[in-house]
Amino acid sequence: MNSRTTHAPIIEMKDIEKHFGSVIALAGVSVEVYPGECHCLLGDNGAGKSTFIKTMSGVHKPTKGEIFFEGQPMSFDGPRDAMNAGIATVHQHLAMIPLMSVSRNFFMGNEPVKKRMGIPFFDHEYADQVTMDEMRKMGINLRGPDQAVGTLSGGERQTVAISRAVHFGAKVLILDEPTSALGVRQTANVLATIDKVRKQGIAVVFITHNVRHALAVGDRFTVLNRGQTLGTAQRGQITPEELQDMMAGGQEMVALEGSLGGTV
Amino acid sequence: MSETAQPTPAPDERVKDLGWRRALIRPELGGIVGTIAVFFFFLLTAYDSGMFNAQGIMNWSVVSAQFMIIAVGACLLMIAGEFDLSVGSMIGFSGMMIAIFSVTLGWPVWMAIVVTFAMALAIGALNGFIVIRTGLPSFIVTLAFLFILRGFTIYLPQTIERKTIIGGIREAAEGDWLGAAFGGKVLQGAFHWMGDIGIIGVFERGTRAGEPVVDGIPMLIVWAIVLVIFGHIVLTKTRFGNWIFAAGGDAEAARNSGVPVNRVKVLMFMFTAFCATVFATCQVMEFGSAGADRGLLKEFEAIIAVVIGGALLTGGYGSVLGAALGALIFGVVQQGLFFAGVESSLFRVFLGVILLGAVILNTYIRRMITGER
Ligand SMILES: Nc1ncnc2c1ncn2[C@@H]1O[C@H](COP(=O)(O)OP(=O)(O)OP(=O)(O)O)[C@@H](O)[C@H]1O
Ligand SMILES: [Mg+2]
Repeated sequence: MNSRTTHAPIIEMKDIEKHFGSVIALAGVSVEVYPGECHCLLGDNGAGKSTFIKTMSGVHKPTKGEIFFEGQPMSFDGPRDAMNAGIATVHQHLAMIPLMSVSRNFFMGNEPVKKRMGIPFFDHEYADQVTMDEMRKMGINLRGPDQAVGTLSGGERQTVAISRAVHFGAKVLILDEPTSALGVRQTANVLATIDKVRKQGIAVVFITHNVRHALAVGDRFTVLNRGQTLGTAQRGQITPEELQDMMAGGQEMVALEGSLGGTV
Repeated sequence: MSETAQPTPAPDERVKDLGWRRALIRPELGGIVGTIAVFFFFLLTAYDSGMFNAQGIMNWSVVSAQFMIIAVGACLLMIAGEFDLSVGSMIGFSGMMIAIFSVTLGWPVWMAIVVTFAMALAIGALNGFIVIRTGLPSFIVTLAFLFILRGFTIYLPQTIERKTIIGGIREAAEGDWLGAAFGGKVLQGAFHWMGDIGIIGVFERGTRAGEPVVDGIPMLIVWAIVLVIFGHIVLTKTRFGNWIFAAGGDAEAARNSGVPVNRVKVLMFMFTAFCATVFATCQVMEFGSAGADRGLLKEFEAIIAVVIGGALLTGGYGSVLGAALGALIFGVVQQGLFFAGVESSLFRVFLGVILLGAVILNTYIRRMITGER
């Protein structure tokens, strides 16, 4: 497992800062993500996890700091840039539009086109086909691709968002609390999917508050607290209890310093 | 996909192997039901009044086409999540600018039209930029432009010509190619032929004796049809259409997914201004004059047509075909009550009832489709 981390990182975030007016959401966070690893981002509510992955997926421009993608300095002008580079994201507050159909949502911002008489039309047939297939793979049976997302349950919506990201995440897949609304079977499905795409060499960034989910698939664990990194631990270097304590807000940090290898 | 081989819109591309009841549940259903009800009503009450002979049909078709032209713009903009209350003032302003350029300044009419369109698009873009930069509701921003544009429309001719109506445009537009694209007629040969073989009536007396009572389709109607088809195809069959829905459905979610929401919204404001200027140009060419009070309240008529047609006021949902049907209902009711000899003030009563009925039906349908609660 650790041999994977000997490659060059696919994405390297260096001293990322993000300020929202007077609020300092990120105060210099550095994280490296390697191909084929599942990198868990953990931390309390408001720690800055979502803000951090948003700078990674092109939604926010960092106030300071550098992003290297495949070794090259990278400055995404927007989510489309990141998406075109192969970075797909499931946002915590799902980027799904309830009034639109599942297949329109699935390809939102990434619509397949088919030229007819030189004019690029939305290829609905292809979109419907892919949507149905991907949803079936995730264990959700849709009435049809034209079913509005608003008619789906919260978990089904989350599943659409995840399968969309898996479909488009050619190199990096970012999941911000993807399992928060899922049932047992769907959760198992998502964790299995993470495991599967990781084995295909895709880098996964996985945010969760559930220690068992993190330990089930995580290779490395980075804990954020108040906009800063508390450190990164390898799988096997940290016990579930220690991780639990860290995620609970760093109360037991003193006891953990040793196991984190002095990187705190 | 074979049904989309030609750009003629199929009713809706997403209805394929569904039962007939699901096929009926579509955003346009309210508009379809309303249209059937309105035609049924007038066929019963006003059949003998001349409403359904060639002249009568042309009469309400022209009025409906006017509504359609502005409804298409308002519809796409509303689906993109914004309003434009300056449509009516824009109609007055554009008409006045064409008159000032071509009559007062003596420019060729085509140049007056081109420059006016450029100005209108710039004003539409300005509306859009202010909305997206400030984050103010478009309701307020375009309300300001309602006053600003109307103010200029009255001020300019008063200062330049000392009157509020500028005439002489028909003479100026004589033989102008672009003027004819808005004020001309098509299929004149076909209508003469229909007059000759007796399908439509001919004038019995006067200087035009022997000519058909309707001697062609005004370009206004052609513009309406072209804009409706264009709007429908863009909305339902292109990637940009998906962005329009997304921008109005949830701008934040759309941005996170990489939809260029700001660009979509600005373009839709420009398109609305474009439609208003098409309306204005056709009107100016038809009347031969521009008046400072033209287009008054048109923004509301456009919005009403769009809402009758099934669009959601808060954006993200709607149909151009529905809006076109809404405009048709609007035009038929307005002219039909006149044919039926009903007191014209009752038009408002009728309109209110239809608006309420259609919106209730539309809300019911929309909840079925989208699972809104
Ligand atoms: N757009 C914004 N404007 C202002 N402040 C923001 C914005 N986005 C995030 N913040 C602030 O940044 C901090 C970090 O927020 P973030 O959403 O990244 O937390 P999180 O770690 O994802 O929390 P959770 O576990 O609850 O999802 C919070 O204090 C939040 O209020
Ligand atoms: Mg979060």
